[in-house]
Parts: sequence; C-alpha cells; structure tokens
Amino acid sequence: MKKSDIPQDPSALGRITKELQYVVDEQGNYVTDLSNGWEVKASALDITWQDIDNQTKEAKEKVLRNEASPLLYFMQLRIMDLPTLAAYTGFWKWKIKRHLRPDVFRKLSEKKLAKYAEAFDVSVDELKTMNVHEG
Amino acid sequence: MKVEFEHLQAAHCENGVTVSMLRNIIGETRITEPLAFGIGSGLFFVYIPFLKVSGGPAIAYRTQPGLIFKRTCKALGIPVVRKKFSSPKEAEKALMESLNAGRPVGCQVGVYHLTYFPKEYRFHFNAHNIIVFGKEDDNYLISDPIMEDVTSLSSYELERVRFAKGALAPKGQLYYPQHTGIITDEQIRKGIITGIKRNVRDMIHIPGPIAGVAGIRFTAKKVKKWRDKLGLRKAGLYLAQLVRMQEEIGTGGGGFRFIYGAFLQQAHAFVPVDELLDISKSFTKAGDRWRDAAVQAAGIYKGRLTTQADFDQMGDYMLEIADIEKEAFKSLEKIKWPK
Repeated sequence: MKKSDIPQDPSALGRITKELQYVVDEQGNYVTDLSNGWEVKASALDITWQDIDNQTKEAKEKVLRNEASPLLYFMQLRIMDLPTLAAYTGFWKWKIKRHLRPDVFRKLSEKKLAKYAEAFDVSVDELKTMNVHEG
Repeated sequence: MKVEFEHLQAAHCENGVTVSMLRNIIGETRITEPLAFGIGSGLFFVYIPFLKVSGGPAIAYRTQPGLIFKRTCKALGIPVVRKKFSSPKEAEKALMESLNAGRPVGCQVGVYHLTYFPKEYRFHFNAHNIIVFGKEDDNYLISDPIMEDVTSLSSYELERVRFAKGALAPKGQLYYPQHTGIITDEQIRKGIITGIKRNVRDMIHIPGPIAGVAGIRFTAKKVKKWRDKLGLRKAGLYLAQLVRMQEEIGTGGGGFRFIYGAFLQQAHAFVPVDELLDISKSFTKAGDRWRDAAVQAAGIYKGRLTTQADFDQMGDYMLEIADIEKEAFKSLEKIKWPK
C-alpha cells in the first residue's frame, strides 16, 4: 500500500486511537503512518454486530415463548459460546445445556444462579427477568 | 509508582510488546517492529476446518501467539521469564514485585473486558498483549502497543483481563526479557536468516492442505462454494469474519504482509543481499491483493455483490495471493546467504 492510499475512514477504533500501518513512500521505502480506520473493516464489524443483535432478539423471544431459559439470551448478549460460559462458570457443558431448559432453570439453586449472574455481569434478579439496564 | 518507560506504538500487539520491552528493559534499540516480526517468523496462514470461532471460520494470518516474542529473544540470546498463575493474588504480587524492581512487565490479556477498547472490538479474544509500567493509587499504568498513547486500568479491571477465561486463557500470564550482555550485529544477522528460513518452512513446506500457502488455496476453494452451501446471508457473515481476522485490531492479514515487506528491506541493512529488496516488493503486492480481496468481500457482505461470479472473483484473488506468496518464499529459499 502506498502512503497516499492509507484509508482515513470513520471507525469505532478511530474514536480512541489511530492505528499504525506500514506503507511504501514515493521512493519505494517502507515507512509508518497512522490510519483513522478503514470502511471495509468497519462494515465487517457492523454486520457482525447486526447479526449478534438479531440473534439476541431472537433468543429473548424464544425465552419469552418458554422455549429456552434466560441463559440463551445472556449467552447471545455476552457473545459467550458453550465452552466460554463453561470456563467462566466452572459448569460442565452438558450441565449448561440442561440449564438452558426453562423447567430445569427454574429449579436452579441460588448458588448456581449467582455463578451465572457473575459470568454475565448482572444481578440474579436481572438474570431471571432479562431486564438489564446498561449505559 | 512509575517505572521509567517510553511508550511505543506498533501495528501489532505482540510485535509492539517485544520491541518495547527490548528497548525499555535492555536498552536494545536496533530491533524494530518489522525485524521482531521477521526474526520471529510471524507471517503465516492457517484455516482450521471443523473449528468454529464465533460461529464462523477459524482463520489465522500470523503465527501462534507468544512465538514472536520467544523466538526473537532466543535469537538474540536473551533469557525470558514467563509465568502463569492460578491465583489472581499471586499474579498481582508477581506483577508488583517486577514494578518495584523498576522493570515493566508484559501481560497477556483478554479483550472482552478491556474497558478502554470500543465495545465493537470486544470479543472473547484472549491473546492480546500489553505492558504494565506503573501503579498510581488503584490504577495500573498501561502501554498498549496498538494505542497512540498510554492508558490505565483499575486493579479490578486488570485482574479481570488477566484472568479472562475460555480459549487461550491468559491465566495471569506475565513475561519479560532479562538483562543480558551485549547483543552483536552478528546475532541479529543470524536471527534474520534463521527467521526467514523458518518462515519459508511454515509457508511452503508444512504437509497437508490447511497451513501456509496451501491453506490460502484451500480457503479460496471453500470461499467459492460458500454461496451455494451457506446462502448469501451466512456466506456474507463468513466473509466478514475472514476480513475481521485479516484486519483485526492493530493489524491483520494484509497488514502482516506489509510488515514482512518492511522486514525484508530492513534486513538488507544487516544482510546485504540485494534479492531481499526485490522480494520485499512481492510482499507489498501480496498485501495489496489481500486488501483488494477484502474490498471484494465487503461488496458481498454489504449486499452489493450477490452472484456466484462475485464469489469466484473473491476466491480468485486468494488464489493469486497464494501464487505471489509461494513465488516470494521460493525466492527467499534460493538465496545464498553470505558466510
């Protein structure tokens, strides 16, 4: 990439820092310069988050229809897959799968609920109701 | 309390931490980011079939986390200290001991809870690298190589990112190079040559279809099939992931090719073999093509390009890249190194 071609598009990262890039100057020598962001990369992030948001909404509806426990919603909200959630809570993956069932979830002890709440960074009450207030 | 420290910005976190610690702890100023990347044989490509990352393809454009630092230090004869912890308390104690000894420390951290990053970048990625260089009240002073300026994290925030869980969990990992004798130009020369030879091996001699140049070809062929196999929407998300991994925070696939191009130019100052300058141009071309491929991918995931011909074009870009990189590494392999 030539120095003159370095993109300066608006991006989420650009709000807090410019990124260093290696580019070629007019003499063909490598130099470094700063980029504010690149639209191609910003849009890759955008559509990824749109997809996550859609899946989170779908998960919430599923929980409201009593087809899954609130864990499904929070796993989407916190983009945690089974292995990640298992690592944060210390529960086996097959146990978490069971806890994803609404009937099993309703019978969970306060202690287990507290572990999930901590992993998702919410209170136990928020975990049960899915009413999360975040800035 | 603050250790004497000069912040350096880099294109990639591990390169940056390596260069910055060599400079700040050992006073070694000849090793630049491209030299660390090249001596550490950082350029790579791998597509891991059957493994999914955030529901999409698992692709890496660089070598395994930790190796660039390890190999660069080894080449220069610098002993490395690296510790993992099971208890956050012990992890903080070891960190403070190093700071109290006047020495900044490299830490592997997870990005998900890294509060100074924008939310859009915070996935469960656990192999980010930062340097801690002091503590004021409850705040640790942080040098994150991809940032223009230094920043800080509260002790709670730092503990959280050092003990992020899941794949590549850092386990409080800290590391630093130890003081050592004089590093000679000869060591750097040897490090460069060894680094290039190892990168030739990784890119064109690993058996099987998924790693190195073969991996790029393998992925290119997969990409061409994504439209039929996954449908437009999901294929778009897969391509977005390919680009996100390529242009991840700091830098990515395209960026790594440019860093390698810069490495070969800088290597020439230590090992005056003129082929290096020519081959550097091939890596510039490969990096440019990776960017063209990303633009093509963006056309698809933004819904502007929708036909099979568009997916074929995307795959063809990658096949062309595979050819360019294969030629470049073959040329590097043929170099007769001076004794």
